[in-house]
Amino acid sequence: MAATVKEFGGSGTFKHGVHPPERKHFSEDIPIEVIPSPKKVLMPMLQHVGAPSVPVVKAKDVVALGDIVCKSGGFVSVPHHAPIAGKILKSTVTTLPNGRHVQVIPIKADGEQLEGQALKDEIIGGEWPLDSLDQYDRQTITEAIAKAGIVGLGGAAFPAHVKYTPNDEKPVDTVLINGCECEPYLTPDYRVMMEATQAVVAGAILAGKAAGAKDIIIGVEDNKPEAVKALRQAAADTGVKVALLQTKYPQGSEKQLIMAVLKREVPLGGLPLDVGVAVSNVGTASAIARAVMRGKPLTHRVVSVTGSGVRNPKNLLVPIGIAYRELIEYCGGLTEDAARIISGGPMMGFAFANLDAPVTKGTSAMTVLTAEDVRKADETACIRCGRCVDACPMNLVPTKIALASRAKDVDLAQAYHIMACFECGSCAFTCPASIPLVQLIRTGKARVMASQRK
Amino acid sequence: MTENANTMASESQNAAPVIHVSPSPHLSNQALTTQRIMFDVVIGLVPVVLMALYVFRLYAVKQLAICVISCLLAEALFTKMRGRALSLKDGSALVTGIILALSLPGTAPWYVGLIASVVAIGIGKAIFGGVGMNLFNPAMVGRAFVMIAFASVLAAGGYQDAGSTVDAVTQATPLDSFKQTGAVTPLFALFFGLTNGSLGETSALACLLGGIYLCIRRTASWEIPAGVILSVVVLGGIANLANPDTGWTVLHHLLGGSLLFGAFFIATDPVSSPMTPKGKFIFGIGVGALIMLLRIFSGYPEGVMFAVLLMNALTPLINRWTIPRPLGAQ
Repeated sequence: MAATVKEFGGSGTFKHGVHPPERKHFSEDIPIEVIPSPKKVLMPMLQHVGAPSVPVVKAKDVVALGDIVCKSGGFVSVPHHAPIAGKILKSTVTTLPNGRHVQVIPIKADGEQLEGQALKDEIIGGEWPLDSLDQYDRQTITEAIAKAGIVGLGGAAFPAHVKYTPNDEKPVDTVLINGCECEPYLTPDYRVMMEATQAVVAGAILAGKAAGAKDIIIGVEDNKPEAVKALRQAAADTGVKVALLQTKYPQGSEKQLIMAVLKREVPLGGLPLDVGVAVSNVGTASAIARAVMRGKPLTHRVVSVTGSGVRNPKNLLVPIGIAYRELIEYCGGLTEDAARIISGGPMMGFAFANLDAPVTKGTSAMTVLTAEDVRKADETACIRCGRCVDACPMNLVPTKIALASRAKDVDLAQAYHIMACFECGSCAFTCPASIPLVQLIRTGKARVMASQRK
Repeated sequence: MTENANTMASESQNAAPVIHVSPSPHLSNQALTTQRIMFDVVIGLVPVVLMALYVFRLYAVKQLAICVISCLLAEALFTKMRGRALSLKDGSALVTGIILALSLPGTAPWYVGLIASVVAIGIGKAIFGGVGMNLFNPAMVGRAFVMIAFASVLAAGGYQDAGSTVDAVTQATPLDSFKQTGAVTPLFALFFGLTNGSLGETSALACLLGGIYLCIRRTASWEIPAGVILSVVVLGGIANLANPDTGWTVLHHLLGGSLLFGAFFIATDPVSSPMTPKGKFIFGIGVGALIMLLRIFSGYPEGVMFAVLLMNALTPLINRWTIPRPLGAQ
């Protein structure tokens, strides 16, 4: 299958990277199911990149589905909305899977809830008439995105309106919608592309309009031919193009995606904006469509509950703030040999044990692996085989950085460009000596940042 | 407290899974281990070993047995002295033993192989901190030691035993006979390896077969042999042009001596060669250039060992000079 990205200047892939097992079969063909409405949700005030949101409700207040709970805490911040109808409880603190302690506003379910098929129709179903999009102008779209509290649903949770706010210094010529989903196991984006194809295309067009882009491209890896077909059909005559990309990890990483499609290099420490590109995940695109066309905030998202440690893997439409425990229970519970629970995918996700933690806007999956899946040989000495160098999509020398981090040598780590690492895990996946490269680099980064604060 | 005890009891009753946390990534390529890389090198050495056995018969059997057994014993001894867990399983000592044996003449007495092995593992590797830490190629450190300590045994004459029943051993080595008498060994003999020499170096064909396997598996980086061969071709070509009537052509330089064995099996030792593709190529060029310098201007007929050791010393510097430009950096 030839990659059709030549017209945009890219080659359809990027340098280096790895091929972890895909293992999408657990959940790729299972349609999105709506989880029964929970008795309680915890709404974290900081579940995005940027400033924490500020509560606008107090204990005992009654909220309906979609009512605002916290307002945006600054430009790089978003509001959050009630994902269920209920009563606000006293705010408390919880630990998210990424290790952050955050303030949360608990909402206790009360009154009638929108559930089942009706909810699914409301969020991703129904019609998304592409010929009605002319009525929305740039400002209307950006405002709707900001008001709906949309962040990047691919995992980074970067506030979406920031990317689409008109910026005269750095005009955007291309909006890239990311449907790569290169993480093993994960299928929420695939299901959204299959079941909410029109919403994705509508969102892509709206994002393109907001940014004032001339090209709108949806990038999908070539291991998802069905999604490509569906998207191409839905996007016919809209000007939205679908770029077929080589399946390789981490193709879904922003910088690698931009390289593969457009052959542009995002400067180190910079944003896609610096090369005239705005990138959003397909789930984000569907949320943008919903915010603009239906005026609804981001209250629910699709999450895959997958892996060999889950009895019945599923793709679920869940309210933001629901406890992971309810997800796993709805999927039949853990198998006996389950050994690791991950928020996100196995390459970049966070292992955690507190099942009462809430799903956030950036949660794409709950992946449960067995002891066999995560089995790892004992760490041995680095024999400088250079496999990590061959794997690193940022063209770094991971083992040297890790060694410098281990020796607490901040200068050497920086000489090897430690801060360019985005922790994709390709090096540690490949390392024949099982050296925890990512972990070492992370501690090294923390040390560099501490030394810069001094 | 009681509640804790209760939940613990009920958990053990339901045999609830134990959930561990750990930093990402949570998957690893389980098929690729250091052991597997070392095993790959052994597979790559098979054609070379077979050819050595064919050409040198019992000489090869004896030298391989001595070096492999001594290397393994030395590894066991030194790891025990350092109070570390026994690391024979990773196969690095086995590889050192085989390569060391293949770089020695079959005629060398038993104690030469033994001493070379102990020095290779002890001084070449253990004192630097064991596997992965050594600056120099251990096998070459061992060989350099015995070459100086037992000069006559490893000098060109030591390769020869006129009374031997094995054909190859009765002749002088090709490089030596050229250096002494100007006699040129036919390319055919150099290519197939029916000549005298160190056990593993005689057959260019065997080295190419094993070497290409290693490069395809990425166990050896192709950049290193490519660099070596390129610089030998260029410098050998210049030498040829400067001195056209010697009969020892570029091809003789390439196929003769331990050039290909060194390029594919010795210079490619990952521990003592640079990390990045660019660095590896520079390293290869350097090795090739030093080989030609030693072959043409030094008193020794061959220069692979010293060339590799010298470039090993430059490896840390090359690493610092060739830090790659990260994606998006200026």
